[in-house]
Amino acid sequence: MAPLDELKIGGMGASRRRVEDNRFIRGKGNYVDDIVLPAMLHMQILRSPVAHAKIKSIDTSAAWEVPGVRLVLTGETMAARNLAWMPTLSYDTQAVLATDKVRFQGQEVAAVIADDPYIAQDACDKIVVEYEQLPAIVNPIQAQKADAPLIRDDKENQATNKIFDWEIGDKTATDQAFADADVVSKLDLHYPRSHPSPLENCGSIADYDRATGKLTVYMTSQAPHIVRAAVAMVAELPEHMVRIVSPDLGGGFGNKVPIYPGYVVSILASILTERPVKWIESNSENLISTGFGRDVYLEGELALRKDGKILGMRMKTISDHGAFYADAQPTKFKIGLMHSTFACYDIPTAHLVSEGFYTNKAPGGVAYRCSFRVTEAMFFQERMVHAAANDLGMDQAEFRKVNLVGDDMFPYRTAFGFLTDSGQYQKCLDVGLKAIGYDTFKQEQEEARKRGKLLGIGISTMTEPLGAGNSREYDIIGIKMFDSAELRVHMTGKALLRTGAKSQGQGHETTWSQIVAHELGIPADDIVVEEGDTDSAPFGMGTYASRSTPVAGAAVAMVSRKIRAKARKIAAHLLEVSEEDIEWELGRFYVRGNEERGVTIQDCALAAYSNIPDGLEPGLENTAYYDPPNLTWPFAAYLCKVEVDAESGVWDVLNFVAVDDCGVRINPMIVEGQVMGGLTEAYAMANMQYITFDEEGNCIGANYMDYLLPTAWETPGFELHEVVTPCPHHPIGAKGVGECATVAGPAAFVNAVMSAIEHTGVRNVDMPLMPNRVYEALKTGKDVSGMPPVLSD
Amino acid sequence: MSSLYDVIPPAPPKGVPTRRTTMNVNGTSQTMEVEPRLLLADALRQALGLTGTHKGCDTSNCGACTVLFDGRPAKSCTMLAVQADGHNVETVEGLANASELHPIQEGFKQEHGLQCGYCTPGMMMTAKALLERNPNPTEDEVRWALSGNLCRCTGYQNIVKSVLWAANKMREQDQEA
Amino acid sequence: MYPSRFDYDAPSTLEEAIAILDQGGGEAKVMAGGQSLIPMLRLRFASPERVVDINGIPDLEYHRIDPDGTLRIGALCRHEDLELSTIIGDTFPTLAGAAHLVSDPIIRTRGTFVGSLCHADPQGDWSATMIALGGKIIVQGPNGRREIEAKDFVLGPFVSALAFNEIAVEAIVPPAKGKALGGYLKLERRVGDFATASVAVALDMDGDTVTRAGCAMAGVGGRTIDANEAISVLQGKTLSSENIDSAAAAVAAASDPRTDHRGSADYKRHIVETFVKRVLVSVAKSEKKEAVA
Repeated sequence: MAPLDELKIGGMGASRRRVEDNRFIRGKGNYVDDIVLPAMLHMQILRSPVAHAKIKSIDTSAAWEVPGVRLVLTGETMAARNLAWMPTLSYDTQAVLATDKVRFQGQEVAAVIADDPYIAQDACDKIVVEYEQLPAIVNPIQAQKADAPLIRDDKENQATNKIFDWEIGDKTATDQAFADADVVSKLDLHYPRSHPSPLENCGSIADYDRATGKLTVYMTSQAPHIVRAAVAMVAELPEHMVRIVSPDLGGGFGNKVPIYPGYVVSILASILTERPVKWIESNSENLISTGFGRDVYLEGELALRKDGKILGMRMKTISDHGAFYADAQPTKFKIGLMHSTFACYDIPTAHLVSEGFYTNKAPGGVAYRCSFRVTEAMFFQERMVHAAANDLGMDQAEFRKVNLVGDDMFPYRTAFGFLTDSGQYQKCLDVGLKAIGYDTFKQEQEEARKRGKLLGIGISTMTEPLGAGNSREYDIIGIKMFDSAELRVHMTGKALLRTGAKSQGQGHETTWSQIVAHELGIPADDIVVEEGDTDSAPFGMGTYASRSTPVAGAAVAMVSRKIRAKARKIAAHLLEVSEEDIEWELGRFYVRGNEERGVTIQDCALAAYSNIPDGLEPGLENTAYYDPPNLTWPFAAYLCKVEVDAESGVWDVLNFVAVDDCGVRINPMIVEGQVMGGLTEAYAMANMQYITFDEEGNCIGANYMDYLLPTAWETPGFELHEVVTPCPHHPIGAKGVGECATVAGPAAFVNAVMSAIEHTGVRNVDMPLMPNRVYEALKTGKDVSGMPPVLSD
Repeated sequence: MSSLYDVIPPAPPKGVPTRRTTMNVNGTSQTMEVEPRLLLADALRQALGLTGTHKGCDTSNCGACTVLFDGRPAKSCTMLAVQADGHNVETVEGLANASELHPIQEGFKQEHGLQCGYCTPGMMMTAKALLERNPNPTEDEVRWALSGNLCRCTGYQNIVKSVLWAANKMREQDQEA
Repeated sequence: MYPSRFDYDAPSTLEEAIAILDQGGGEAKVMAGGQSLIPMLRLRFASPERVVDINGIPDLEYHRIDPDGTLRIGALCRHEDLELSTIIGDTFPTLAGAAHLVSDPIIRTRGTFVGSLCHADPQGDWSATMIALGGKIIVQGPNGRREIEAKDFVLGPFVSALAFNEIAVEAIVPPAKGKALGGYLKLERRVGDFATASVAVALDMDGDTVTRAGCAMAGVGGRTIDANEAISVLQGKTLSSENIDSAAAAVAAASDPRTDHRGSADYKRHIVETFVKRVLVSVAKSEKKEAVA
């Protein structure tokens, strides 16, 4: 009997076309705003126009008079039910509707529930709020000043605007490394505030049924189970009576991890009105109030030996968390996994000091397509490496090669204590160098310069920690970071798979089936995948930080193996031999030594419901919870070639080469899609996508006219390459990949532009590299630092 | 719990002036009574249940709500429903017929031109108008035509490929016909 | 983001529309393409009592060139009509150059040329183009029609010379005195972005001599900036590199940008100068090519 062809059944390695596309291309996706429930009401939120002010009074009387209005809620109404404040994912509190003060522009002040959203908006406009304005703090430098106003005067024992001090590494050994250094290279950077900005904004439909006491909330969540636990605790509802359904999500990128005030208010509104209440925020509201990313000052130093060897690294971060510390990140790590910086380089010692501050800006600090601050860590790393190579007068590629961890050094313990598992770093870099024509670039650059053209090439190489936990070290508000899968094989051999992850476009419905197909030989088309409904899906921590494949994907493999183990017993029964005499090939058990005598997995499935051996439970269903032994460590080498127009500072990408090693690829087509999407966000951040604030705390970037997302026209093309080093501890050898490009990409673009203009003596231009900033650097030969200036009138 | 939550009396509803509007949507005449301020996107989504037309932004930048208005792509969040009176509107739901996908839909699936699917209907409608005007576009022409539609997932490269795939298929179909 | 309530009329004649505006006493707003008005309604930056939709008025979609070379653009001519136009490429290169840079391709299918002039956005591409070309706007009110020079049409940011009971019905661009050359350059960070700075340069040439030079700028002042006088240094001259440099410098000096998140005032002034030079150099080059051919 010919063995099954795994690619033909849509198993691992097949670029299987996506199952979910069948509904999306027909306009039959099911996003939260598409859901209509009988007698549903609509909610709109009134937000603060100012960044910092005392609330003197709120008059809602005119809003109540608007025909069609059903309910008006303020902080006072919330407070009466102990819901004016809620806990954040970083053990802080956040105002649901403001009571005492507003602390950022766009903060939630009141809500109107009405027959339609137009009417709710009309009524919001009629609410009169009297504010007494206070000075606003718009960056962590101001926040530290002795006379800075105290933002969080609601908290006991909070005398200043500082949130935390945190450090890691060996200070003494690092100081010694700097004392021993031939050269010390320094760089100060700012990673501007950015916003994940999924095209679908956040929203919810809360549906409380007083008769049964059950609360169902349809909402835009990347982590519905965490929400269920939080809602149960905050609203004091029994957890089994709370059902969170996260339907199709129009992107997430970290923005849909936190729990936002609007969700909580819609829940209370449904309880009060006993009708379903829909809240769909606008794009402006999404940008001005929900989880941002980055906003960190990064200061670093490298201790270098003349031959290029890095002896030690020092780093300080000063981060801006907005008015409420609401970062979604593992409890132990106050500034996320910032200390994963330099993980791909063999350096003996390092030390990191971090300080976090409150400011009058929106809270967040979400992992925007990033494994908890890894984006900042790797940007810092690759900008620092670029500067250090220049300081030593060494070639960029050569300097990296001197310091990259070698293939034979794994498992490798980094200076900050991470254990990286595997990789072929030099090979990836070599593939990239060859593809972009690095050897001839220097000559090309010189010749172009003679013609008045400025060419530059930038390299960014990195490994990043993807797939939290293990549960020993990683938890979110105490909940350990494992994940789960439940597989039900029906009697005809078709199957239903559910996981605790939640796709937002990653294609889980397609790829999870491929893992099952790989493990069991059931064709992928015979498996349906469901996620996002806490009443049916097994408990899981959701999808962010590239953890789906490393954790939930592993759980899918493990549950498939449990099913296979049981099917083996059934096969032995059917074949009338002992289990020890059974061999497995894809989709089929056979008798050792007699390959012709066998049964398929489908035969076993039927028997599980119709012909069970004595002593075996009927059915073929199981659940697996997977607690990963370690993070996975993919590697990326990105190379970018640009041309800068010296007259305007406009730069164009001439070529971009991406080499990704994410271990075994379940679906190469989807992996490539993830890389290209991530590179585009990297390009956006390097070039145009940032949010800034004026002196009064007014947000500049609260709509798509100011917050610039690149279109198909500006976005460059990408040339993709792959290297495969299987992850040694992952059941199918896969590593995370969803964010490698966003994480390592920005430095490739920035290094390329710097390479084109640094002959003028400039050492750094902070992102965004808008034409005016590049031009200024070129003209003056001086660094351009911090956020772009904004109008202050 | 119930002691915490009191019952709220509903406010009386009141009639507001509406306008009788008849538009042809995906080949079917639809008549509705709408307030002048109702956006076309909301009329399609709420009154007709055509939720494939998505709303993304407030500033007419994202293009997720793009439909064809008398054959030309238009951002339906930047039109009033009353403006469609006597006009033709095509939405994503009108692309496929009962048995067959439109080549653009096939192209998006074949070339992995979508991830979260939110921008996809708008992208496809814009692409349809482009290919009707220009059956054999270059990559740059496709990128240019799609530059009023934002995508956050794909990086556009596969969207462009999808449109070129569809263009190719449509030309083949034309030759056969 | 949802508009406030308003009444709506869709008149079928200009006279009817004007009568409604007249009765509205300044509280009614004309809608052509609606691509600026509807976002403003949604953001509730504008809350008119009444919207007068002129899309149902026939015979306003045209753009045509009269036998004498005058270009006429009707009130419902969409940006895209001009972008795809087969008649303006050679005759009105400045206009053709701007046509594909207005907003984004989808907005261009609805938004109108004349409506964009009435919107009077300081960053608007068409106002600058019209001023550079020495165009006029025909407006119609209860007492008939009048003509307004483009340079007098924009009074300030988002303020035009239209009276509350008038509708801009047509834009007119006079024929070139000689051969029309020029271009429109805009620094935008991405498609659909407002201009960091943009320049419209329109030259009428007789052989290698400039018979008329027009220029205006967007994004570099509180309103569209008329730089016709500044560029008039080219009048009667050839496009030598010295003349080009002095014209570019004069235009840059006429700009009045301010520093914001798009760039410093100095940078924007520099871009104006650079872009004016680029247009003029390319005109000079094309002239040379033609002479050789």
